[in-house]
This record gives sequence, C-alpha cells and structure tokens, in this order.
Amino acid sequence: MTIQQLSLFLENKPQQLRVPIHVLAEANINILAMSLADTQEFGVLRLIVRDVAQARAVLERAGCVVNVSEVMAIKVPDHPGGLDTVMATLEQAGLNIEYVYSFSSQCAGTAVLAFRFEDPQRARQALETHHVDVVSRLDDFA
Amino acid sequence: MVPMERWNDLYGGFHPASAPDFLPTPQLRDLQLRRLQAVVHRAYKNVALFRDRMRERNLAPADVRDLADIARLPFMEKSDLRDTYPFGLFASDMSEIVRLHASSGTTGKPIVVAYTREDLDVWAEVIVRTFAACGVHRGDIVQNAYGYGLFTGGLGLHAGAEALGATVIPISGGNTERQIMVMKDFGVTTLCCTPSYCLHIIERAEEMGIDVRALPLRVGIFGAEPWGQQMREHIEARAGIKAYDIYGLSEIIGPGVASEGASQDGLFVFEDHFYPEIVDPATGEPLPDGAEGELVLTTLSKKAMPVIRYRTHDITAFATTPSPCGRTLRRIRRISHRTDDMFIIRGVNVFPSQVESALLAVEGTLPHYQIVLTRSKGLDQMEIHVEVTSEVFSDKISELESLQQRLANAVEHTLGLRVHVRLVEPQTLERSAGKARRVVDMREQKTDRQPAGGT
Repeated sequence: MTIQQLSLFLENKPQQLRVPIHVLAEANINILAMSLADTQEFGVLRLIVRDVAQARAVLERAGCVVNVSEVMAIKVPDHPGGLDTVMATLEQAGLNIEYVYSFSSQCAGTAVLAFRFEDPQRARQALETHHVDVVSRLDDFA
Repeated sequence: MVPMERWNDLYGGFHPASAPDFLPTPQLRDLQLRRLQAVVHRAYKNVALFRDRMRERNLAPADVRDLADIARLPFMEKSDLRDTYPFGLFASDMSEIVRLHASSGTTGKPIVVAYTREDLDVWAEVIVRTFAACGVHRGDIVQNAYGYGLFTGGLGLHAGAEALGATVIPISGGNTERQIMVMKDFGVTTLCCTPSYCLHIIERAEEMGIDVRALPLRVGIFGAEPWGQQMREHIEARAGIKAYDIYGLSEIIGPGVASEGASQDGLFVFEDHFYPEIVDPATGEPLPDGAEGELVLTTLSKKAMPVIRYRTHDITAFATTPSPCGRTLRRIRRISHRTDDMFIIRGVNVFPSQVESALLAVEGTLPHYQIVLTRSKGLDQMEIHVEVTSEVFSDKISELESLQQRLANAVEHTLGLRVHVRLVEPQTLERSAGKARRVVDMREQKTDRQPAGGT
C-alpha cells in the first residue's frame, strides 16, 4: 500500500542540489515526484523514482547520504475542492500529516499526492477503512 | 634623591621588587640550586606521587647536587593533577592553605591548585615584576578584565596590581559596553585581559563611535591564549598602546611565570621562582640553549603545591642574546604552538578529545568531525562540523535540527562554551593517512606563526 521514497541530506551550498539530480540523469532515472525542504543550513531532498534500489546505489556511489522511507500516494481529484475533500477525510480519521508533495504526472486522470503521516500504521488502517483511493504501484502511472 | 620605595613612581621598568630580575647569573644559579634542593626535599617528604617516582628511579633528594641534576628527576604531567584530584599533590596542611583555585571546565575533574600565605606573596611579587617590566607603575589606573573566580587570571593580576600601588578596577570579564564606559570615564591607562577580548573591545568601541587611541590607555597586558606578531601590531595600531605578552599556567602559579619587557623580544621567565628547561618532547632529554623544544617548569618557592619538572606541552626556545634592559633572566620565545592538540578559545583550554566524548555521548558512535575556529569582530567562534551518516540521517527536518541541538548542548555542557554545530555531507571533511586534522584554526590567517590547532 505504501510507496518508497528516497531522502537525501544536502548542505546549503551553491549547486548542491544539482549533484543528485545530475547523477540520476546520468543513470537514466526519471523522477516522478520531488520536494526540497530547507533550513538555513541544510536541506532534505525527497524523491520518488521507479527503481529505488538502483537510484540508491548510484546516489550512494556519488557520496550522497540516502535514506529510504515510505509514503502513501493518494489520488486527489484534480479540480478545486479535490484536495479539501481528501483532507476532510484524513482529519476525520485523526491522521497528522508530516509533509506532502505532488507527483509530476497524473494517474488515470487524477492528481496524486505523496503523504507522509506521523503514524504510518494508523494511516494505513484509516485509509482502508475510509476507502481512500491509494496508488499502490508506480506502474499505475503513465 | 628619590627614595627606593618611590623608584617605580617616576617611570616604569624598575621597581624594588624587580631586583632579582638583574641578579648576576652566578648568584642566580646559586639561589636556584639552593631553592631546588629545598623544594625537592619538601616534595619528597610530603607528596606521595613524587616520592614514589623518585624511589622508582633510586633517587633521593640528596642526589641533587648541582642544577644539571634536575634532568634526572621525574617529570609531572597534567594527568597527575587529575589523578590526584582534589588535594593529592598538596605539601602543606589544609590549615596553612589560604586559597584554592581551579581550572575552567564544567564537567569532569578540574585541576585544583593551592596557595599558602607565602605563595600568595610570591604570586603578587611576580606580577609586580611583570607590571614593572611593562612600564606600569603607581599612578596607573588598571582595568583588570581577566575573569575573577576560580580562574587564576583575575585575582592573580589583581593582587599584583594592588601590591604595585596602582589603582585597580576589578571589572572581570564580560559586558563590553560597560568595559568601554569605565575605560573612558575612569581614565584607564592599563588594560589586562585576553588579546582576543581586547580586540573585541576595540571593535565594539569603534561601533560606539569611541576612538580608543584618544583615550589615556597606553599599555595592554595580554595572556591566557597564544597570539602572534600581526595581532600585536593590529592591537597597538588601533588602540594606540604597547601590547605586552605574559605567560603563565595555573599548575605553576597562574599568570606571572614569564613576561615581556619594553623591548618586546621574548618573555623573561621569573626563574628565581620558576626554573625553566627546554626538552625534546619525544625523548624528554634537555636541549641546548636556542634549540626549540617543550617548556618544562619547576616551582622553586611554592609551599602548598610544589611542582617538579612539569611538562607544559608548550613549544618554545631560550633566547641566546642578552637583553638590552640588563635583565639576566632567561627569555623564552613567544609561545605559538603545542606538542598536543589542545587549543585555546576565549581563554578556555579545549582538547579535541573533550569534543569527541561529547559527540560520542549523543550519537553512540563517533562521527567524522572537524572543529573550525574563526574570529568575527574580535570574538572567537567555535563551529563543529559533523558529517551526517545514513545511521543518523533522519528524513525528518525536525529530527536533524534536534540532533544539531543535542550535539551543541553536549559540547557546551562539557566545555562551558557556546558552540555552533553544522551538519555537513559525508566525505566532505578531509581524511588523512595519519592522524586526522581535528582543528582548523582560521583566527589569525595571515600571521607568521603556525596555527594553534594540532595536526
């Protein structure tokens, strides 16, 4: 039910973001979703790719610190109010969101957002109970 | 004809207490030998650690027949003071001890040092001689910004300045704006503090629109940390003063072990009280005059805590030419580096190993780290770069920030110093085949001396 996500530690120095992006480009790996969270001194880059193992290998070989964690890819109707409805459900289920970012392409006509929940276990159960539309396999994407 | 008690009133450089500075060398050596024999007897009788080491070498106090015999005596190290904490090296009864001081450091065992009434008199005397050599005299208004308290700097300079007859302002450290107000309003002529603090005062005064050169301030007595020629010239130009280097360490007495004089070409060791040797740091063998090596000191007059052949880990050499002022005391070159990796920041001694144990306590493993020392507006900053590994890398920003904070808190708790922790990417800190370069000291980048950090 969950999707794997890569996170990288980046120092806040010029051109630091380019390094992992270039490495993935060279390895012919497409980025399906990304988000860069920053503080004054460092940033955490989160990426979703199809082949996590391969991406991790090339990034680590290039000297990056890589973590793999899990997010839930939730389908969201791509029109005003679409996200609001989904979030009402999440709120009802009592789930706390740590962060969220969107995929760059649609999946079968809807937008997809990657959610990281404070309590992933509870989230999994709650999303099932509330029949929230979750993308379980990246192959479902175009 | 000016009575002898008033010699120092008219001009600095000579005070009756400075007489031993000018002893003819044969008399000085004779005095030193008699005092060395007395202190070896006293330490042998009262200090178990020293007696045990002498016995291990089949030596007795009577074996010290001339000064060269000092080379046969065992060394002492900082760890000896730690291991005998708190009072294991004392040679006097507690009822005779009127003062205790201790080194800075908020956790772990500090170094404890003790003084009898006579020891305090000796201490005041060598500070009087320090002031006299630097041209300070009765009538001078002395601002003592060394820290008062357990640290020996504050009270050490204070007693000496008072004995000199100068007007002493016991302001201690901190509150720079108040320091500047006092300096200006009280007509201060002499400033005593660490050289980096003086720089900070100058910078702050400039920000406040005060030209320090226009003030009556004319002498600076700076010590407790290493500083180079370029920094001296910088301070002298911007403050309009003569800036003198003094040297000391709590284990020996505090400030007052050695001091520059008007010619600023080496520090006179007050060797009638503190016998200096230069030895090879690797073998411990005495080196010929002029050769660079580790300074070893023996207290010749201290009663409460006599210290025999203490390894300072400071690297220096004896001057080989006579001083123009006529003093016969041996001079040592200004201290620029050490045999170990200790460095000094804002007057506080820091060993990288202390930083390591703090980092280890937080993470459970020791990350690759580097300590970077910089100076901004005269204030020293210590930043610790810590490599992020996949073990500690959390996807959550708040956890990374919390890690940063915990590391900084751990180091601050150990050292008593505010530090900044910067998380860096792995493999960005240099590795070396041999010992890692733990400290990068960028504080005096363009000087002629070597950095205080270790290799």
